[in-house]
Amino acid sequence: MHFRIYRYDPDKDAQPRMQDYQVDLEASDRMLLDALVRIKSMDDSLALRRSCREGVCGSDAMNINGKNGLACITRLSDLKEPVEIRPLPGLPVIRDLIVDMSQFFKQYHSIKPYLVNNDPAPEKERLQTPAEREELDGLYECILCACCSTACPSFWWNPDKFVGPAGLLQAYRFLADTRDQATSERLDNLEDPYRLFRCHSIMNCVDVCPKGLNPTKAIGKIKDLLVRRTA
Amino acid sequence: MAIAIRKFDAVIVGAGGAGMRAALQLAEAGFKVAVVSKVFPTRSHTVAAQGGIGAALGNMGEDSWLWHMYDTIKGSDYLGDQDAIEFMCRMAPQVVLELEHFGMPFDRNDNGTVYQRPFGGHSQNFGERPVQRSCCAADRTGHAMLHTLYQRNVRANTHFFVEWMALDLVRDAAGHVLGVTALEMETGEIYLMQARATLFATGGAGRIFAASTNAFINTGDGLGMAARAGIPLEDMEFWQFHPTGVAGAGVLITEGVRGEGGYLLNRNGERFMERYAPTMKDLASRDVVSRAMATEIKEGRGCGPEADHVLLKLDHLGVEVVEKRLPGIREIARKFANVDPVKQPIPVVPTAHYQMGGIPTNYHGEVVAPRSGNPEAVVPGFYAAGECACASVHGANRLGTNSLTDLLVFGKASGERMAQFLRENPEHRDLPSDAADRTLMRLDRLESQRNGESVHQVGADMRRTMQAHCGVFRFPDLLVEGVRKILEIAERAQRTEIKDHSKVFNTARTEALELDNLIEVARATMISAEARKESRGAHDREDFAKRDDENWLKHTLWFKDDDRLEYKPVHLKPLTAATFEPKVRTY
Repeated sequence: MHFRIYRYDPDKDAQPRMQDYQVDLEASDRMLLDALVRIKSMDDSLALRRSCREGVCGSDAMNINGKNGLACITRLSDLKEPVEIRPLPGLPVIRDLIVDMSQFFKQYHSIKPYLVNNDPAPEKERLQTPAEREELDGLYECILCACCSTACPSFWWNPDKFVGPAGLLQAYRFLADTRDQATSERLDNLEDPYRLFRCHSIMNCVDVCPKGLNPTKAIGKIKDLLVRRTA
Repeated sequence: MAIAIRKFDAVIVGAGGAGMRAALQLAEAGFKVAVVSKVFPTRSHTVAAQGGIGAALGNMGEDSWLWHMYDTIKGSDYLGDQDAIEFMCRMAPQVVLELEHFGMPFDRNDNGTVYQRPFGGHSQNFGERPVQRSCCAADRTGHAMLHTLYQRNVRANTHFFVEWMALDLVRDAAGHVLGVTALEMETGEIYLMQARATLFATGGAGRIFAASTNAFINTGDGLGMAARAGIPLEDMEFWQFHPTGVAGAGVLITEGVRGEGGYLLNRNGERFMERYAPTMKDLASRDVVSRAMATEIKEGRGCGPEADHVLLKLDHLGVEVVEKRLPGIREIARKFANVDPVKQPIPVVPTAHYQMGGIPTNYHGEVVAPRSGNPEAVVPGFYAAGECACASVHGANRLGTNSLTDLLVFGKASGERMAQFLRENPEHRDLPSDAADRTLMRLDRLESQRNGESVHQVGADMRRTMQAHCGVFRFPDLLVEGVRKILEIAERAQRTEIKDHSKVFNTARTEALELDNLIEVARATMISAEARKESRGAHDREDFAKRDDENWLKHTLWFKDDDRLEYKPVHLKPLTAATFEPKVRTY
């Protein structure tokens, strides 16, 4: 199978380049990550992140034939040749397929991604009905792979000011939690022409999310909360 | 070569469940703590845990920590230390409720309490019937837990060193642990992370096997570092083969599937676990189920054209239950087995999953090693928790859900113990002049090696050897030959060569350094397994088919020096409860 992979090592390359690999795959190589691991066994200089190889750790996000996704759950049989692989767009490249995710995590941290509840902790659990808990479905499953935010034009233009779909999905995860008491601070934190309102519902985020989550919908719900608050 | 030194109160290596739970304890107490992790914290392998956290909350019916304790001891095939097990089972409800207070999105019952599901080996009233003890968030419990702990650490301003790989333990002549050397992967720079207290929470080493449920990062780094620094490894012959890895892919399918009512079938469509475990059936402990499956396959009752797997049936649960309780499993089965489990069964095989052994500790998380006649003298300044540690709460076989319980309980306990140690030992000890020598020599060797073998080649031979010689069933001749082969591969591992010599994010280098750690684990495993002449828990020998309490009710200690073995007694005396005497184990 034919792969064309983005290569750049600042230690020795002046410019990034695309490198072609022709690989004999074996029957056990089913996912793109299997092929990349095989390529790495022949050329140890290829640098990529990977860990769980089952789509839950979020390490191996990359741009595959023009679309962001996780290599470990992308079937080789679904890919057109030559398979063109690039690092996630919009973030600085450290080396090869490894990008600098600082900006992405900075935005995630900016939404205070933790439960705020200042009441003294009860002896038992804080109660939550199954229906209340269901509000968190489609939100808590995010794996922070950055496929969505790096597919978002608004995030490309303003990565320092726009929280981005991943961060906003998590912002709503805490707004939607009946145990959280910081609703108004969270909304204050987002009521800003850039932080929330740079989202123009382009929906690239929904299209690429490897976990099938819907950040655009969550962003809409945050906007609703803001409208309701001023009404 | 002088290397930069960075000074902290405490250094924690590993940012999975145990490392982050300990970090929280220390950061919230105001200590300057550095958490060193090869990967961004939420990428740690805790993320892949599915089925739940064991704790006798009693939300679904009567339960007690004493029953949990009994189940754990029985599950361990009586090799677990009963003081540590009592400690864990008593603490479990508290740490689970704390996690809920931190924001963990547990599933709920109609009355608002945390939902609990049945799990293998967990029973009511000392083995009478299955109990619902596993606290879960659908089948993504580890993911939810790891993110919750990371979030809580963000709140506590814990200082993470992300994509830093710890390389070696630093000890002084008196044996005190003074920190670690570490590689900043992005720059290739080496640092000495000096600390008054050091915790290893580096997880398991399932990657010694060819087929494993484990992530690529599970390379036993803490075990390798400890072994090179003269610390023994305990009970390394005991590896859990999870009954349900996807055939061919190795990806985990939670025992929660069977907890929710799924069961296993052989080629005749027979629910064969009824024959092996009449009471608990498919919810017998994992060693029992894996052996039963391997027996079915061995005796020609496997499924598929090669008769090399069995089937996990759950279509009778209905789409609703699967979507609500097991959504991740449906996703995995579709992706990795090409079946939709609401319609078709999933092909599964026993797959290497969890290391019961590890760095020997007591139930405070303090590392212990033999010294002047005391088999369990505390190594000052050194702590270990989670899968890399051996407290020993899992003994010869771990019960499902107890791994996450272990992370929370011993992560917290070791954090508390470290805080106490830091208060009592306010001064840093002097670093020896050779503190970084071992690391620098390893790196130097790797950089200058020519005409060596590739890391990939040596690693593949190690994995194949472990798989073929040290699997579910173990045979005397294969074990003896396995020892010879692994020692030979260990020799070759000292001459690995990398082609890539870049400073920047050199993953060829990190994989070579990981192999150094894996190979220590493989050696410890093979040598300990060959030596243990009995069958107990996950260690099943053809030539010694029975458990032998008279000669083998003891823990193995493997030392890297000369591959020496020593043994130490099992703690049969709990903290307050009466001893559970070893008896015949049936489910």
